Amino acid sequence: MSKKPVQKQDIPTTGHEWDGIQEYDNPMPRWWLWTFYITIIWGIGYTIAYPAWPGIKGATAGLLGYSTRAEVAEEIDAVNTRNEAINAQLASAELTEITTDPELNGYAKSAGAAVFKTWCAQCHGSGAAGAKGYPNLLDNDWLWGGDIESIHQTVAAGIRNEDNDNARYSEMPAFGRDELLEDAQIDQVVNYVMSLSGEPLDASLVAEGQTVFADNCAACHGEDATGDRDQGAPNLADAIWLFGGSYEDIRDTVENSRFGVMPSWDERLTEAQIRAVSAYVHQLGGGE
Amino acid sequence: MQIKAANPQQKQKGPSLKPPVVRLDSSDGHQLGKTKGHEMINTVKLIVLGLITLGAMIAANYARDLAYMVQALVIVLVSGGLFLWVLRGTGEDKPAMSQDEYMDDVIRAGVVATAFWGVVGFLVGVFIAFQLAFPVLNFEWTQGIGNFGRLRPLHTSAVIFAFGGNALIATSFYVVQRTSAARLWGGNLAWFVFWGYQLFIVLAALGYVLGGTQSKEYAEPEWHVDLWLTVVWVAYLAVFLGTIIKRKEKHIYVANWFFLSFIVTVAMLHLVNNMTIPVSIFGSKSVILWAGVQDAMVQWWYGHNAVGFFLTAGFLGMMYYFIPKQAERPVFSYKLSIIHFWALIFLYIWAGPHHLHYTALPDWASTLGMVFSIVLWMPSWGGMINGLMTLSGAWDKLRTDPVIRMMVISLGFYGMSTFEGPMMSIRAVNSLSHYTDWTIGHVHSGALGWNGMITFGALYFLVPVLWKRERLYSLTMVSWHFWLATIGIILYAASMWVTGIMEGLMWREVDANGFLVNSFADTVAAKFPMYVVRGLGGVMYLAGAIIMCVNLWLTVRKAPAKEASLSVAVPAE
Repeated sequence: MSKKPVQKQDIPTTGHEWDGIQEYDNPMPRWWLWTFYITIIWGIGYTIAYPAWPGIKGATAGLLGYSTRAEVAEEIDAVNTRNEAINAQLASAELTEITTDPELNGYAKSAGAAVFKTWCAQCHGSGAAGAKGYPNLLDNDWLWGGDIESIHQTVAAGIRNEDNDNARYSEMPAFGRDELLEDAQIDQVVNYVMSLSGEPLDASLVAEGQTVFADNCAACHGEDATGDRDQGAPNLADAIWLFGGSYEDIRDTVENSRFGVMPSWDERLTEAQIRAVSAYVHQLGGGE
Repeated sequence: MQIKAANPQQKQKGPSLKPPVVRLDSSDGHQLGKTKGHEMINTVKLIVLGLITLGAMIAANYARDLAYMVQALVIVLVSGGLFLWVLRGTGEDKPAMSQDEYMDDVIRAGVVATAFWGVVGFLVGVFIAFQLAFPVLNFEWTQGIGNFGRLRPLHTSAVIFAFGGNALIATSFYVVQRTSAARLWGGNLAWFVFWGYQLFIVLAALGYVLGGTQSKEYAEPEWHVDLWLTVVWVAYLAVFLGTIIKRKEKHIYVANWFFLSFIVTVAMLHLVNNMTIPVSIFGSKSVILWAGVQDAMVQWWYGHNAVGFFLTAGFLGMMYYFIPKQAERPVFSYKLSIIHFWALIFLYIWAGPHHLHYTALPDWASTLGMVFSIVLWMPSWGGMINGLMTLSGAWDKLRTDPVIRMMVISLGFYGMSTFEGPMMSIRAVNSLSHYTDWTIGHVHSGALGWNGMITFGALYFLVPVLWKRERLYSLTMVSWHFWLATIGIILYAASMWVTGIMEGLMWREVDANGFLVNSFADTVAAKFPMYVVRGLGGVMYLAGAIIMCVNLWLTVRKAPAKEASLSVAVPAE
């Protein structure tokens, strides 16, 4: 085996010299050489066992018949087979009855969480707390309804998208951009809206703002400004703001309107997955 | 022009005996003819530079995108400036260049460029590391120029191609002259290589920040910048090969095998991976010839061999010269060097598919990539063994010479990453490590530990020699650099192992029903503390490099001059 390569003067050099550099004529370390040989032998064996050598009409398949695609297909099949029965149960159950069956509900919540973290978290956040323009799903302030049927429809069809005819749809006018209101009127109504849940910027405008609101906004948002879920018109009387509650943000909303879009999922997810994520969202805290 | 050889009678066996050199005097009867030839060459130069300036002006005028326009304007400035410079020099007699001395000016410039680009590259790296930890550093006012996506290729190219590339060009020019006992071939062609390469760096960097990129990792420059690099690289090959061909040593030293394999292979990789058809000659955009998975395969054949030949073979060339020189010991084993050289260059070229495990790449290619990567383990280690064993018998120098310490630790990191690499190429390991920060940690233990440290060692060796100083200004500063860099790398690599393995495990974590437990954002949030540690590691590494620059600067300015240095071309044997 490998001798301890002690460099004594009697070890010959190759006799070459470059800029003062010489080379010893030491043999290659045995352990190095043998490890090298072993990796080569292992490599030959491995390429016999696994798909490796390309030919003209394809590559050798390997003795073990291994394939990465087959491997992942098997794993997916195994999970699908195991969950087949409960998925069928989930897809056919009454939505409101999912919570009454502990086993079904437990499954729906863990499946729904996985769907949510894969498809929904990008906008609504991995904790479902939302962000500006993306609703918080943890509270009980719902734009289109917070019972499980409404949530299910929202997930399946989406909101204001072009892909699904059942998508929920409504559109707020751009009161400033389209010159439906005068600048002063916008100023007034913004202050009125602010006064509903907090302090207005200019309290002297609130009274006039209430008139503007009654004439232009109440049709959708309601006389008392608590919104209308049939049209997805938000409740303006609470302090929860999807696009921000500062004077500037509300003014921007009134002037230019907002148009939040959610994709439709019924072609990308299975019915069981949609129901699972609906059940998951319904049970995050604000479900009705 | 031939180098007048040293008096052959005096070529004695004694290796330290340096015979006096007969200087070649050019003030003879050829003076008139030479001047005419000189005028002739100047005229050609003026025509070429004028045409380039004009062409670049037209290109800037019709440019279809910002990156292309700015790049064209840079070319207008450079070629126009050169035009004026050549014009002013026309008619003046140039002092005859001494042809028997080594061409060291270009190497001095290379040393400066290496240190400069190193600090720039590390600085950008530190900044983008903190951008990942604190996304608020992607400032609103730098969007489109200074956000992570634009700066990341700037960092990778600055450290690999600007810092590493300049180090390789400078050291290869130094080593090939010393070990061939010949001045660089091609006269001022070496200067063309140096400045041409700097121009390539500037053009590429401008392209990255202004959005001119073909989105191939480590091959981001667009077609027109690629063409320029091709011209420069062919000139580099010509200078290097020309010097080897006219060498006065019988054998080619092992370092030069590695350098040559690096230059030739990089040329091939560059050409094949950049086969594109420009959409317009006045725009950056081009369309790659390869489609789909074939493009991915070509890209990673290129990408992996950029590691193999740029960062491994080239730097092994550096190692094979500077370690025996600094240790003043013979190379451990000639046999090992020849076997591991051929094994390394034969095997490396097949290992690329391991970057594409579990993708659209067919399984057979993936298997071969993995097998060749594992067989590559020992050939890679051959270089480490040869370097470390060269030091045996001089281990006491580790205590007294921080430069040797730097070289030893570079070999240590080299050995570690060339073990880690084959391990990560195993399909099962890769299914955990792929797309995680483990890969980034692996790359950096190689790049900071191996490439960085051996380059620092080479710079510490070269500066006193090139500027004719007796010694470095301060060994204490070298020690500081050593410890800052080493601890910095350890923080970097360790934090990336932790985050890499953690996020790999989080991605595959499933609950009892087989459902994924974590969202991607959860894994990103979990990595935050380690991202800060990584950034701090980078700060330490950068601080070490700045200390090195100061030390090298003071060496040039303040260290005692060395008397009667020998930089003439004399064969050693």
